[in-house]
Amino acid sequence: MLFSHALRRFGQALVTSLSFGLLAFQATAAEFTFTAIPDQDESSLQQRFGKVAQYLEKTLGLPVRYLPVKSYPAAVSAFRGDQIQLAWFGGLTGVQARRLVPGSEAIAQGVEDQAFKSYFIAHRSTELKPSDSFPEGIRGKRFTFGAKTSTSGRLMPEFYIRQHLGAAPETAFSALGFSGDHSRTLALVESGSYEVGALNYAVWDDALAKGQIDATKVSVIWTSPTYPDYHWTVRGNLDERFGAGFKEKLTKAFLDMKDPALLQVFPRSGFIPAKNEDYTAIEETAVALDIMDKIE
Amino acid sequence: MRQTSLVFVLLALVCLPFADLSIHAADPWLELQRLGIGLLSPDFPGWTSVRDALFSTLAFALQGVALGVALGFLLSLGYASVVIRLIASFLRSIHELFWALLLLQVLGLSPLTGILALALPYGGTFAKIYGELYEESDKRPREALGIGGGTLSGFFYTVLPLTLKPMAQYTAYRLECGIRSSAVLGFIGLPTLGYHLETAVRQGDYATGAFFFYTLVVLVATMRFWLRPVLIPVYLGLAVYYLPPIAQPDGALLTQFLTHDIVPAPLRGGGELMPWLAALWQGQMLPGLQNTVVLAVLAFAATALITLFSFPFSSPLFGSPRTRTVARALMVLLRSAPEYLLAFLGLMVWGPSMVPGILALSLHNGAIIGTLVSRYTRTMTLREDAVEGLNRYLYEVLPRIYRQFLAYSLYRFEIILRETAILGVLGIPTLGFFIDSAFSEMRYDRALVLLLVTAFLNIGVDTLARRVRLHLHLRNQPETL
Repeated sequence: MLFSHALRRFGQALVTSLSFGLLAFQATAAEFTFTAIPDQDESSLQQRFGKVAQYLEKTLGLPVRYLPVKSYPAAVSAFRGDQIQLAWFGGLTGVQARRLVPGSEAIAQGVEDQAFKSYFIAHRSTELKPSDSFPEGIRGKRFTFGAKTSTSGRLMPEFYIRQHLGAAPETAFSALGFSGDHSRTLALVESGSYEVGALNYAVWDDALAKGQIDATKVSVIWTSPTYPDYHWTVRGNLDERFGAGFKEKLTKAFLDMKDPALLQVFPRSGFIPAKNEDYTAIEETAVALDIMDKIE
Repeated sequence: MRQTSLVFVLLALVCLPFADLSIHAADPWLELQRLGIGLLSPDFPGWTSVRDALFSTLAFALQGVALGVALGFLLSLGYASVVIRLIASFLRSIHELFWALLLLQVLGLSPLTGILALALPYGGTFAKIYGELYEESDKRPREALGIGGGTLSGFFYTVLPLTLKPMAQYTAYRLECGIRSSAVLGFIGLPTLGYHLETAVRQGDYATGAFFFYTLVVLVATMRFWLRPVLIPVYLGLAVYYLPPIAQPDGALLTQFLTHDIVPAPLRGGGELMPWLAALWQGQMLPGLQNTVVLAVLAFAATALITLFSFPFSSPLFGSPRTRTVARALMVLLRSAPEYLLAFLGLMVWGPSMVPGILALSLHNGAIIGTLVSRYTRTMTLREDAVEGLNRYLYEVLPRIYRQFLAYSLYRFEIILRETAILGVLGIPTLGFFIDSAFSEMRYDRALVLLLVTAFLNIGVDTLARRVRLHLHLRNQPETL
């Protein structure tokens, strides 16, 4: 036991000392590592979460590293394999992660995440107009979701599509795609590759405010009802590894985040406490849509 | 031979109505133009990121292939046994990208994940190639040995010396493939050239993407200059130093994966296995199998057409030195680009249908077979008064290369099929699409069943293609490029 422990420590030391150039590899035991689901362009993610890492490092007084990942499931797998101890998950990925890692907990969510929503957006050529009721005219169009396990880009949109069109997306649309992230969904509908798409409203609003959307080509045609979404989730054994009261300190760091420049990168107006039960409805929806298995 | 060709043409015609050949982009030419501009004006993204990506691409490839050689050699010693043959066949029937996704669950995002993801399928291929070389080697020295011809020392003194050279040749060729595969592993998060390439292309930054792509092309194209046999131990040492093949395996996680995660859900919860399997068959396996086969057959037909069209341009029997230079440069580019990357670009430009998949597979493989066929035409001598132009192509050259062409193509069919599954990760609804979904949904039980189906399909086609080759008395050995 002692030997294998020593061997592992040796291995870890070797990794640190030798993998000088490797950007995506694992951290050592003392380092606190986190990730975020890659829901937008990677360059903006790096910038966003680099700032968050700095803030946490200063507030918690220990080295904090942001580990970039390529996909939603990669973020969940990294959490499951303990390569990261904290993650900014969406509603669905958070539920997935907590199922795979017993003892893990949702600790904080954005103020906006209590009542998050999806936008359905359409290319001008569809001549679909904004409406308060579900746009039934999207039936038979070319439609794209975001990532396969995105809450605002797949799960909730699919729920409303099934409810209103009475059919699975594969049959309701002439072509169905999974773009991978919200930025990509926006680009694909703007270019007309897909006629209609569903995405995270905050990503759209942010891009619109920055003048990155060509309003003559793409517009929002429907806003979904609200549901809980993004939140910070931690593994269960943080206090044992990083000292008593660490989880509380971490939660407080998020709740106390007041710097507008920092909040803008999410973009959220602030953080509030969260608990696992806040996401029961998300889990039930995922089970109903057969994206998750029923709990045994 | 005529019959076999006709069968394939018919098969392609049958598959045609099942294929989704629409183009979804509103303005594909605009995107294509941006891609073209990017390719013509590559943007240097900074020395550190290029150096790191280059080094880790090489480090993964060298270690992965080296471990694959060791594994393949061990397996090849017992290649006469059906069990070993099945193991080798299974190892290579699962694509390295899927091995990586699987290993990622137990070993995390670690160097060992990438190295094993290459070593396992490559080991399976090496076992087959080495094993078949032994079988086909001259039997006389072994028989002359009299007693103990089957022992290990008998093998080392009478078989290995005869096959060592072709083994080394093939291994060197596979290292080239290994570099491409290593780059592709970047698409799922390992820090190789593909990592940056995917990021850049996904964001529409084709100029930066082009730089990483050219780096890969140059790396592969210059291999014969820097890859000297004496230097291999040095390179390997550096690779191990740079990227120690380490992971931090978590025992509990491994146990959970093997005893819980990959056990079919109904068995864990006390439900019925058959309805679960039936639903999976109806909803995923059947459509996945259909799309996989349709895409593979159509891509194969397109590959054959592209080959027959392209080889004269790089053959000394046709054209001028200038056209040959241009054609060869183009073919090197297409050969160096992994199919996966070409399909990725195609999907960005044309939207999701089978068109980008077929184009990607056929351009890449057509360039490879085209090169091999035109190389073969170099050995042909024509009469002084041989006809020129189209008549020369149709009546002099084509009949004489057809046999070779068919042999190369049949061998490539298996490779096309394997790659087809992988294109599912990009959104074409082949088996790979459903495997990717299962991994996204963290349903490893489904992923495993779908992977097994993929493996069975590949093993079946592998066997079939071998039969056809033997039936036609075609050379049963893979080409090395």
